Formats: sequence, C-alpha cells, structure tokens
Amino acid sequence: MKTEIDAVALGVFVFFFVLVTIMGFFAARWRKPETLARIDEWGLGGRNFGTWITWFLIGGDFYTAYTVIAAPALVYAVGAYGFFALPYTIIVYPFVFAVMPKLWQVAKDHGYITAGDVVRGQYGSKALELAVAVTGVIATMPYIALQLIGMAAVIKALGLSGELPLIIAFLVLAFYTYSSGLRAPALIAFVKDIMIYIAVIAAVALIPSKLGGYAAVFNAADAAFKAKGSGSILLGGNQYVAYATLALGSALAAFMYPHTLTGIFASNGANTIRKNAILLPAYTLLLGLLALLGYMGHAAHLQLSSNNDVVPALFQTLFPSWFAGFAFAAIAIGALVPAAVMSIGAANLFTRNFWRAYVNPDISDAGEAQVAKVTSLVVKLGALLAIIVLPIQFALDLQLLGGMWIIQTLPALVFGLFIGWFRAPALLAGWAVGFLGGTYFAYADGLKPLHTLHFGDTAITMYTGLLALSLNIAVAVIVNLVVPGKASPTKASPTKTAPVAAAR
Amino acid sequence: MKTNRWLWLLVLPYIGLLWVPLYNTHDPVVLGFPFFYWYQLAWVPITSLLIWLAYRSVKHED
Repeated sequence: MKTEIDAVALGVFVFFFVLVTIMGFFAARWRKPETLARIDEWGLGGRNFGTWITWFLIGGDFYTAYTVIAAPALVYAVGAYGFFALPYTIIVYPFVFAVMPKLWQVAKDHGYITAGDVVRGQYGSKALELAVAVTGVIATMPYIALQLIGMAAVIKALGLSGELPLIIAFLVLAFYTYSSGLRAPALIAFVKDIMIYIAVIAAVALIPSKLGGYAAVFNAADAAFKAKGSGSILLGGNQYVAYATLALGSALAAFMYPHTLTGIFASNGANTIRKNAILLPAYTLLLGLLALLGYMGHAAHLQLSSNNDVVPALFQTLFPSWFAGFAFAAIAIGALVPAAVMSIGAANLFTRNFWRAYVNPDISDAGEAQVAKVTSLVVKLGALLAIIVLPIQFALDLQLLGGMWIIQTLPALVFGLFIGWFRAPALLAGWAVGFLGGTYFAYADGLKPLHTLHFGDTAITMYTGLLALSLNIAVAVIVNLVVPGKASPTKASPTKTAPVAAAR
Repeated sequence: MKTNRWLWLLVLPYIGLLWVPLYNTHDPVVLGFPFFYWYQLAWVPITSLLIWLAYRSVKHED
C-alpha cells in the first residue's frame, strides 16, 4: 500500500469532511424544536423522524465504517465463513418488523427514552433497569472504538501519520453532537449513505471488469486459499453450525444496542418502522457486494500489512486519486454517524437509568439534557483515549464480548411485549447467568466468539452469545416457575397481552 | 395482533438462510457467482417482498 501523501485524494477528503462538519452544526436548526434542552429533543430528535430520515439514520448507524472495513477483511482472510454478515443482516429484518413497532409503541405511550426505561416501566425493578443500562453502556464503548479503527485505516491510507488527524476528526464530531444531538448524525447520514452507495457501486461494477470478471475474482480467491492452506470459498462441514448461530445471534443482538434502539425510538410511528423493515435490506445488498471486495483483494494480488487495509488498498490501486479520496471520505464520515448515535445512546442510558435513578431523581428536563450532552462528550473521549492508549486487539476482543453481553438484555426487553408471564427476579437471574456464563466461556476460549460443545463423540461449535442466551432463557423460565410471586405490578392480568395492545 | 397467517411468511428467511447445507455448494454458477453467494444475495429482495406482504396484512393497525 502507498504511504506518501496524495494531495488530490487528501484535498477531496478534506472538502467532504468540512462539508459534513458544517452540516453537523447547522443540524441544530434543522426541524427546529422550541427547545433542545429536553432529552427527547436532543437525544431522540423530538421522536418525529419519518420513513426516509429513519431509513438513512438506521442504515447509517447499523452499517458502520467498521463494517465497510472489517467484513471484506474477514472474507479476504477466511473466505465463505466471513460472509455470515449477509444472512445476519437479512434475518434481522423480520425480527425488527415483528418486535420493534411494539417496543416503539410502549416507549411512545410512556415517554421512554432508553431500554432501561422500558424495563423499569414494565417490571418496576430498579435492579433490572440498572442491569440493562450498564450492559448497554459497556457493550457500546468498544463499538465506538471500532469506528475509530475504521477511520484510522483510511487516514493511514491517505498518507497521514500520527494520531493528530484522528483526534481532530473526533473533536469535531464531539462538538457538533454536543450542540445538535441526534439531528446531527441524522442529517449527515444522508451525505454518508449516498457517498457510500456511489463508492461501492463503482467498486463492484468496475473492479471486476479490471480483474477479468466475477468468475476470475472467485477463482483467484479459491487459488489463494488453496495456496495458503486455510480458508475456502465454501464452508467446511464443521462450520455450518457456527455460521448459522453467528448469523442468528448477531441478528438478535443487533437491535438491542442503544444506538439502534435510539434510531427506532426516534421514528415518528410504528408504521414507519414496519416500512423500514421492508426498505432497509437495500443496505444488505450493498454489504454483500462489499464483502466480496475481500475476494477482489486476492484477484488484484494486493500485498497487505493488515487485513483491514484490503478496501483502502483496492481503491488506491484501481481508481484515480480523486475517487480514492472520495471513497475514503465516505468511509470516514461513515464512522462519524454511528459513533455519534452510539455516544448519544450511551449518554441517554447513563442519564436516565443511572443519574436520574440514583444521583438526582428530581432533575429538571433541561438538567437531564445537559447531563446527557456532557456524558456524550465523556463517552467519546473515553473511546478516543482507549484507542490511543490500549492495543487495538483489546478493542476487537471487547467488541466480541459486547455482542454477547448485549444479547442478554433481549429477554428483559422483548419478552414482556408479547407475554406477561415473566417476573423481574427471573429475568434478572437469567441476565446474570447469561452475562457471567457467556463471559466465562469467552474467557476460557481465549476471547473467541465460538464455543465448542461435546456430546459424546460429536463436537458442535456455536456462537457463544447464542449459547449464553439459551442459558439465560432457561434460567429465567426455571426461576419464574420455582420462585413464588405475583405478576409484575404494571400488568392487570398476566394472561392478557402486554400493555402495548391495551394502549392502542 | 390477531392471528394473522401472513406473518408466517416471516419465518421463511430463517429457514432459507440458517439451514446451511441447503446452499453450501459451488454449482450452479450464475454470472460468475457460485451458488453459495448468489443464493444468499437472492434472499435480500425475497425477504423484502415477504415483509411487504406481511406489512400489507397489518398496516391498518396504527
């Protein structure tokens, strides 16, 4: 990969970066409310984003810069197995369609901002609220750090050395998020997504023609894996369960994260979310084609120092400087949107479910918004420090754990929407067993996301997060059966459906 | 939500994509893409269509 500064590429990059910075500060005036000094205005954009804004916002924070860098990198390194991101981002949408409109309705009816609010409201348990909120914050922090890794990959490709460019980019992000709240990433997401679409469509249309067509690309990858002696363009028989459980587990975890939930809660209606479940798979098509850039890396015979360089190196090798600069700007801005939404989601959790719950229960609306704004700054600075001080591998390991942790909040957050049978102590016990058990497995397996179960002579390797979720649910069911107690206080009758239906 | 048979369509992507032996093969190749790849990519528009069909059956709820 080239390392000297390319003036044309850098110029194009800086132009787009300055453009979105101006948009970020302007966003405070976009769809202007009477006041931004309320947490639902600052942190949820006033809960009135329609279908298209929601599509750009959720697409912008779910398909991140790290996806653009990491999915092709994994496919480049291991082949078909890395492609699990595709089924994952397909089967997530029937789940979103079935579950998220109900969650939105509950949040809207009761003014909930976070997953912690929903759980406290449904079960009246401060302990369960705290468990969900803490899980959300610690799962999100390494995710923000990963956005920085994506951004650092393109900054390096532009020939800029040192940490100063990364620090400047993040300070810019921190300040416009502070002043504009969720409106900033929502507005910037338009630019980001259009740029990413242009870059990826150009790549998947033009690169194979330069490399001899898709058949040649797949053949080159196949030959590279055979020469290397590992990886394949098809799955090995022992990878079936791992592939399927990674896809399913990731899909169930995806919309438990604070940033994706923020995108859901910020929309203006349950029907907006249903329409988005139909429209969001357009991004998945893009993701699948992007993942194949990993194989194009083999066809182009790139020499890479890190797998994460495959996408930047492809653009640099096969496109003119100005277009490489454009593509790199798209990826870097693609890091800003999710990082902003993630820090807002984490800040909302901290403010509502820790600060208000334990420090200052009588806080005013304006005070709440102020605490959230400051927290969003602290969260981002924390991620920046982590990436500068700690080894990058540490962020990657924590991110793997983060997915396994966040999925443990699913029973508490989702089950109550459909059945009123579970009670808080059972859900809390399930969460604890899933969280600690999953962490133990991951630790014992050397921080790998897969765990091997032995049944006599057969060994099955599956996604640790899904295994821990199974334990979580089993414990919740057993505790609920064994421990005597009344139905949760908010429900008139446990045999009726959740308050969603009643509120309609 | 009353029992709605259209919602069963939402189960199909899970079967089609999680039953891996069904599609872990190289042939037939289409436009240079081995079956493994174009089969999974084909589920993107199919899933959108299935969700749209389910959507039509519930959209008057709001």
